[in-house]
Amino acid sequence: MDTTLLFVQFLNGLQLGVLLFLLAAGLSLTFGIMDLVNLAHGSFYMVGAFLCATLTYWTGSYIWALLLAVPLTALVGLLTELLVIRELYTRDHLEQVLATFGLILCFDALVQMIWGSEGIAVPLPAWLDGRVALIGSIEVPTFRLLIIGAGLAIAAGLYGLVNHTRLGMLIRAGASNRTMVAAHGINIRLLFSAVFALGAALAGLAGMLIAPITEASIGMGNQIIITAFVVIVVGGVGSMKGAFVSALLIGLIDTLGRSYLDTIFKLFMSTKAAETAAPALSAMLIYILMAVVLALRPQGLFPAKVR
Amino acid sequence: MLRPASAHKTAALGLTPRLGARGWLSVGLLALIGGGGVVAHFAGAPFYVDLATRLVCLAIAATSLNLILGYGGLLSFGHAVFIGIGAYAVGIPSYHATYGDWQAIASYNGFFHLALAMGLSGLFALVTGAISLRTRGVHFIMITMAFAQMMFFFFVSLEAYGGDDGLTIDVRSELGPLSLDDPLQMFLLAFGVLLATLWLVDRLVHSRFGLVLQGAKDNDERMRMIGFNTYVFRLVAYVIAGALCGLAGALLGNFTAFVSPDMLDWTRSGELMFMVILGGAGTLLGPILGATIFVVLEELLSGLTIYWHLPFGALLILSVLFARGGLMAFVGRLGGND
Repeated sequence: MDTTLLFVQFLNGLQLGVLLFLLAAGLSLTFGIMDLVNLAHGSFYMVGAFLCATLTYWTGSYIWALLLAVPLTALVGLLTELLVIRELYTRDHLEQVLATFGLILCFDALVQMIWGSEGIAVPLPAWLDGRVALIGSIEVPTFRLLIIGAGLAIAAGLYGLVNHTRLGMLIRAGASNRTMVAAHGINIRLLFSAVFALGAALAGLAGMLIAPITEASIGMGNQIIITAFVVIVVGGVGSMKGAFVSALLIGLIDTLGRSYLDTIFKLFMSTKAAETAAPALSAMLIYILMAVVLALRPQGLFPAKVR
Repeated sequence: MLRPASAHKTAALGLTPRLGARGWLSVGLLALIGGGGVVAHFAGAPFYVDLATRLVCLAIAATSLNLILGYGGLLSFGHAVFIGIGAYAVGIPSYHATYGDWQAIASYNGFFHLALAMGLSGLFALVTGAISLRTRGVHFIMITMAFAQMMFFFFVSLEAYGGDDGLTIDVRSELGPLSLDDPLQMFLLAFGVLLATLWLVDRLVHSRFGLVLQGAKDNDERMRMIGFNTYVFRLVAYVIAGALCGLAGALLGNFTAFVSPDMLDWTRSGELMFMVILGGAGTLLGPILGATIFVVLEELLSGLTIYWHLPFGALLILSVLFARGGLMAFVGRLGGND
């Protein structure tokens, strides 16, 4: 087996895992604290990517675009919360699912009205576009390393935020007992708005990071959001640690499965059969993993301690 | 909240000689759809026959979802997967009957297609239901979604059957004397299946089985304390709903003469859910009303603007925020029989 290729695929898996974590973190926060199922979370991923694309052309710099688009996506999240989401906290999950499904349709149509139905490519600055030699002769794309680094840094930052700041304390308190937090005179509405905007910004950031690789396109959030759900279910709903571990796990399994399953299958079946079975199975791999985890541990790998 | 169990009492009374507002609406709606399709055919308006056929196929699927969502309280967000399985159960045997290979399933026989569609959908419901019904609430929503997405990617990966682009059904199911190439016969078959499905769901809901299912929706713990294994009741309901929706998929595949992974995209599941909730979950004809509104809205709005998803999505949000309990409840309140 080619070790260079294996290493590159490993990094690709890690990159997908990091992006999934950015999405799953926001979902997990909003579900853990507000008890809200937000299908439209993937829309912020898309909005982030499109904002970043436009700003890259306006400012001429991907980095500036990134710095501006993150707060803008948070603002879009905040407006969404004020207009629609706020009304849904007291509703049951069914109504939340339907209303946020409606939000997806609105976001997709709005983005199409503003940016058109074609995807938009996002150019990278030259210093990010190349490759760097990492270990010995193994060269990897610089930008992919940046994604992984940024993702891990944000994971560490979130850990610090949730566990060692006043806001984090309120978030944890809100997750375990909403009424009690409100009774202590905390403005729970403001807290919810802030958390929702934070989740939107994280999802938007994931979209901005992937945009230079895949380009920004309509409906890009609708596929990956399901994978983020799988991450949440496998990791344990409402658990940040679970979301992190299972995001990396699922990113790696999905990427490595797609690259190596046919090689493995060829060891014990004919080439033709392997080439038919491998793509089908590798597409289903993470869902099968989810089914196995659920059958053994219905609460997920790392169930949240409270609720 | 979903409608309480008492809702089925009024639905049951709806078809007795003393029809309330909801009963009249229900009978009128069915007559309108059935009559409309036939009249459109003889008036030389094939477009409206097609529209009615599509409506009826979707109505069957929505009715099957209503069994588990409305009466069972199971928030399944992956119901379109059964439409896809049902449609491919027509497309793949027909494909092999035309182009060879896989002689074991190669066939144009419609009865075989329908049996395969219902059997495979039921089997898929059994396996995935056995796993997902171990969880409740938000887990269940996400898991049903994920299993549907799994099949979406499975069909995408089947290059032999067109993968992403889908598969054209060159030869439709051969069902005895019926010719599904004839739009009127296609419509009448679908309408007949719709009536049979409504009858079946009505019987189920009023049987002991259906009462346990609704009891478990209202209070699971109480039903288990009385001694019912609610898990098994839910699983059976899930399998029945899956098989019925598979039938709807087989009809839809025959109608469009085309199958593609897009049929089981999760947004399709969302649309089915929309039909059930908007019309009125847990009422027999609510899903039909919902499907009608969906198809008509889609037709009207998409004719007005290519951005028709925007008003459609906004309407969905508004209906959740302001029209609780669905339109059937609204009509019931107007007619004073609720």
